[in-house]
Amino acid sequence: MSKRNTWFVTAIITVIALTLNFATPIGAQSVPGVTPTQILLGGTHPYSGPAAGYATIGKCALAYFSYVNDQGGVNGRKIVYEDKDDGYNPPQALQLVRQQVEQDHVFAIFDSLGTGPNMVLRPYLNDNKVPQLYVATGATQFGADYAKYPWTIGWQANYHDEAAIFGKYLLKNAPNAKIGVLYQNDDFGQDLLGSLKSTLGAKAGQIVKEASYEVTDPDVTSPIASPKASGADTVFIFATPKAAIQAMVTIAKMGWKPQVYLTSVSASQAFMHAATGAGTSAATEGVISANYLKDASDPTFANDKGIMLYNSILAKYPQAGVNPIDANCVYGMGVAFTMVDTLKMAGKSLTRDGVMHAANNLNELDNPFVYPGVKVTTTPTDRFPIREEVLIKYTATGAWKPISALITNRY
Amino acid sequence: MVRWLGIAAFAVVIAALPRLVPQFVAFELTYAAAYAIAIVGLVILIGRTGQISLGHGAFVAVGGYTLAILVTHGVPYGLGIVAAALIAGLLGVALGGIALRLAGVYLALATFALANSVAPVLKRFGSLTGGAQGLSIPSHSETELYYLTWGVAALLFALAYFGLRSRVGLALRALRDSEIAAVSFGVNPVFYKTLAFGWSSAYAGVAGALLALATAYVSPDVYSVALSLNLLVGAVIGGLQLLWGALLGGLVIQFFPLWSQAISPALAAVVYGIALILIMMFMPGGIAGALGRRMSFIRRGHE
Repeated sequence: MSKRNTWFVTAIITVIALTLNFATPIGAQSVPGVTPTQILLGGTHPYSGPAAGYATIGKCALAYFSYVNDQGGVNGRKIVYEDKDDGYNPPQALQLVRQQVEQDHVFAIFDSLGTGPNMVLRPYLNDNKVPQLYVATGATQFGADYAKYPWTIGWQANYHDEAAIFGKYLLKNAPNAKIGVLYQNDDFGQDLLGSLKSTLGAKAGQIVKEASYEVTDPDVTSPIASPKASGADTVFIFATPKAAIQAMVTIAKMGWKPQVYLTSVSASQAFMHAATGAGTSAATEGVISANYLKDASDPTFANDKGIMLYNSILAKYPQAGVNPIDANCVYGMGVAFTMVDTLKMAGKSLTRDGVMHAANNLNELDNPFVYPGVKVTTTPTDRFPIREEVLIKYTATGAWKPISALITNRY
Repeated sequence: MVRWLGIAAFAVVIAALPRLVPQFVAFELTYAAAYAIAIVGLVILIGRTGQISLGHGAFVAVGGYTLAILVTHGVPYGLGIVAAALIAGLLGVALGGIALRLAGVYLALATFALANSVAPVLKRFGSLTGGAQGLSIPSHSETELYYLTWGVAALLFALAYFGLRSRVGLALRALRDSEIAAVSFGVNPVFYKTLAFGWSSAYAGVAGALLALATAYVSPDVYSVALSLNLLVGAVIGGLQLLWGALLGGLVIQFFPLWSQAISPALAAVVYGIALILIMMFMPGGIAGALGRRMSFIRRGHE
């Protein structure tokens, strides 16, 4: 008897659920998300789950938009940034972005994070001609595939360029190095390794050992020992933070002293402190990495206008759980600056075509959050905004010091 | 009679919805139906057979990747779905063999380990699975996928409904309530427990195939441990004992995380968690259990 009406109830609940789910659609607009007083942007970051640390990028971008809005906005319009938690899950990102596009009528999607989520968003957004601006991933394809996906563009220095920059430096400064590589066995690690090899060209034979690990491996002590056995005197660590820290500590514990090159992905002060704490300063001293952002923890930038602006924005628009020395926060403000710049360039009568045109013709020489001298530029056939990095070396006192001029991989 | 009218009315509503709601809502309902299929598998396994599984997401992954690999090699997706059911079902039978030797918390741990192993295994066979990058699948018409998913769901619900009422269902229930009593009545525990795992996993495989079609993409990130736990949450919240609880469970795990974003992205997970705690506090038998009890209570009041 208890089941008699249950199907009816199910039907009713479904209908209620649906009615609750969609708000009344806004009346027809000529350009979605743009009114005389505001610009609505959508996007997703992982606010929960294992990658939640990256949510800092979204929070700090939001802080920068708040600052711009209080200065009068862009061409009289305030930026409203609707950021959502995708938990780093591609289907969740797709559903949230579809709501933003079809229900909330956002103008564009800004800074969605992660290779997987952006892979899923890309065909949908391009089919619907919605700009997918400045995706937060260094995977090369987001800048390279513009013929197929003209509505998509990245921002950060991509993995391919970073390894090429390392390779150029090595060829000039240590042409006889015997090289070992520890790389994460996925698109990130393979992208870096492949680019290092092609940059070394004829000298790629000096790579005496390539050791891989899986991102889920509990430790990398075994793979990092194999380059030593092969006689390497130089080690590239193309690893995400946890494995990179372990690798540096293990190298120090073995009493081995190779020249270590570390991908910028794992070079934040927070991780360097962890490696120094777990090993000794021997684990981190002399490590070479690359950077395209200003380091908020570096005292030489204490009186830098960009970092002063950065600190004043964080003080005025505090974001929960954000550590001011976190490089991800500098990233968030830097990419938000480029977004604002793009909207300004696109002009008063904003269209989606116009904003893509602006994004593909960037000539930003004054981004206060990127490393001094780094130019954020694009052309319709070069859609990688940041292609320059400076090489930096970690000192015994725990600071990153530049050791080269800017090295570019722009041809 | 009333029940069949109810089902018919529900079917009409589902059939008409794509014309009534915005396209993205129909898209979200496609996911809800696919989740419901996976959860029916858990109702069969946990609710009716009494075997715990924290690794259901692994079979969803098997289904998703089976479909993705076949479709990218030119196989029609209908065959892909059937293959997903078969392969996931066979792997479920294999897991059933292990499960016979484990009970309670040990089985839970073993299945949890299975859920954890998905991503590394997928990356190890990168040439087949696309590694961490995943595989993109050609996209299909959304309306087509909506009707396909709900149609398959209807079919599989009916199969589960009649299956659970048959001798098989009775045997499973007997095993759950008392294995010793069931065996003394001639129920073969090895056969039926293995069958339950295979049946449940085949459902997960079909769900995985349909989800992969909807997203048009599979990658290890899609099948994290969280997926297995979320499916279990859906099964418990919906109501483990009642088949139509799976439908509610599918709707809950599809829509609650989206709605909980309304307040703040940083609080979304917290809001979702609180909602789940409240449901379990006030409806320990799941939503379906609570509604069923409420209705029989009302009716008794009238009688």
